[in-house]
Amino acid sequence: MDKTIATPAEAVADIGDNATVMIGGFGGSGAPIELIHALIDRFVKTGTPSNITVVNNNAGNGHVGLAAMIEVGMVGKLICSFPRSADPRVFTQKYLAGEIALELVPQGTLAERIRAGGAGIPAFYTPTSYGTELANGKPTAAFDGRPYVQERWLKADFALVKAHLGDRLGNLTYNKAARNFGPLMCTAARHAIVQVSKVVPPGTIDPEHVVTPGIFVSRVVEVTDPAQEELLNRAGATYP
Amino acid sequence: MTVSDDTKLSNAQIAWRAAQDIADGAYVNLGIGFPEMVARYQPAGREVIYHTENGILDFGQEPPAGEEDWDLINAGKKAVTLKPGSAFFHHADSFAMVRGGHLDVAILGAYQVAQNGDLANWSVGAKGVPAVGGAMDLVHGARRVAVITEHVTKSGEPKLLERCTLPLTGVGCVTRVYTSLAVVDIEGARFVLREKLPTITLERLQSLTGAELVLAGPVADLIVPEL
Repeated sequence: MDKTIATPAEAVADIGDNATVMIGGFGGSGAPIELIHALIDRFVKTGTPSNITVVNNNAGNGHVGLAAMIEVGMVGKLICSFPRSADPRVFTQKYLAGEIALELVPQGTLAERIRAGGAGIPAFYTPTSYGTELANGKPTAAFDGRPYVQERWLKADFALVKAHLGDRLGNLTYNKAARNFGPLMCTAARHAIVQVSKVVPPGTIDPEHVVTPGIFVSRVVEVTDPAQEELLNRAGATYP
Repeated sequence: MTVSDDTKLSNAQIAWRAAQDIADGAYVNLGIGFPEMVARYQPAGREVIYHTENGILDFGQEPPAGEEDWDLINAGKKAVTLKPGSAFFHHADSFAMVRGGHLDVAILGAYQVAQNGDLANWSVGAKGVPAVGGAMDLVHGARRVAVITEHVTKSGEPKLLERCTLPLTGVGCVTRVYTSLAVVDIEGARFVLREKLPTITLERLQSLTGAELVLAGPVADLIVPEL
C-alpha cells in the first residue's frame, strides 16, 4: 500500500464539478494552500471543477488560498461558521452580489456535524442554537428537561487537509493548532487528500502519537516548507 | 442619556473586576476581543487554564513581534505562546470541552442581555454578512457564563433589557454581568444588583438599565484600582 502522490496537481486531479470539498484550517492555521492552489490552477486552465461546495470554518482572507478559490468563481456554496477575516472582501462582495450561497453553522455544530459524518451518525441533538434564528426549521426535543436542536451529519466527496508528518499508509501528525478540523475532515470525506511537510517511512511516527490513522486518508503528497496564509497576506500576495 | 467617562469603569477595569471571580484551578474560555483582556488581570497565586476553541488548552500571551508562529494562534487569530502543560486537540474535542460542561467559566461580550439570561452578541440584524463562530456553543456548557460590557450603548441606550431585541445567541444562558457601572447577577429571571460604583445613585443606575434592578441583600461598592 502506497498512498503517496508526487504532486498537488495529481492529488486533486479527479475533483469534479459540483463536488463537496471540506478544506481544513482555522483562518490560516492548517490551510492547505498548495492543494487549494493546485485546484485553482486546474479550474483556470480547464473550467473544472466548478460550482464547488466548500466546507471550512471561514471564508478566506485576502487573495490567496480559499479566498482566491472564491475569487476565481469556482465556489458555488460555502458552509462555514465565521465568514469574516482581516480582509474578507472577496467573499463579502460575492455574497452581497448573490453570487455565492452561504450556510452559516455554529462552530461547534460544524465540527460535530463533520465528526458525525465520519462516524456514521446521521443526526444528533445539541443545545447550541436552541431558541435562535439558526435553529429555524430544525426539529427540537427535550432530554432530561433541557431543549436541544437536531442537526444532520455533514459528509464530503473530498477533503483537502494540511498535516505535518505522514507515511505511505496515511498515518498523520499535525503541527500545533493547525490540527483544528483536519482529523475530523479526514474521516468525513470519501477521499481525504493530505499535504504533509514530510513523508516518513512507516514506523517513524510512534503509534502512540498518530493523530489521524491511515484508514481515513486516501492520498498523501509531500509539500516541504508549505506556504502560511498569514505570511502570504502580510506580503500582499495574490493568486493565481 | 449618556454616562461621562469619569463616572464609569474603563474596559480594562471591567476586565479586572471579572478576573477577580475566576477561582484557582478554573478552566476558562474568553471570547474574542474585549474578553481576552481578562487574562491580563488574573490575580497572582491562582493557576487558571485558558481554553481557546480552535484547539489549545493552557496557552500563554502573545509572542514578541517577529517571533509569531502562525500555526499557534487563538480563536481571535492572534499569535499566542505555549506553557509547560499546554495541549492541542481537534475541533470535536474542543467543543466537547465546551458543550460537555467541562469549562468552569466562559466570559463573553454582549450587544444586549435580558433579565432572563438571554444573550444577543452575534448579529445586529439582517445587513451584511452573518458570522457566528463559536458564540452559540460557548453559551452552553460552561458552568458560569458571564458577560462583560459597557452598561449602555455608545448612543446611551440600555444594554440590560427585559427582552433582547437583536437576534439571540442563546436563551437563558448568562449568569452574571459585569458592566462599566455595576455587577449584576441573573437569578430567577431577574437582574439582581450586587455591586455598583459608589459615585452613582441607585436611581441613576436604574434609569440607565432597561429592566428592573432587584435588590436582594446588600449592594456592595464596586471598587476597582486605576489601571
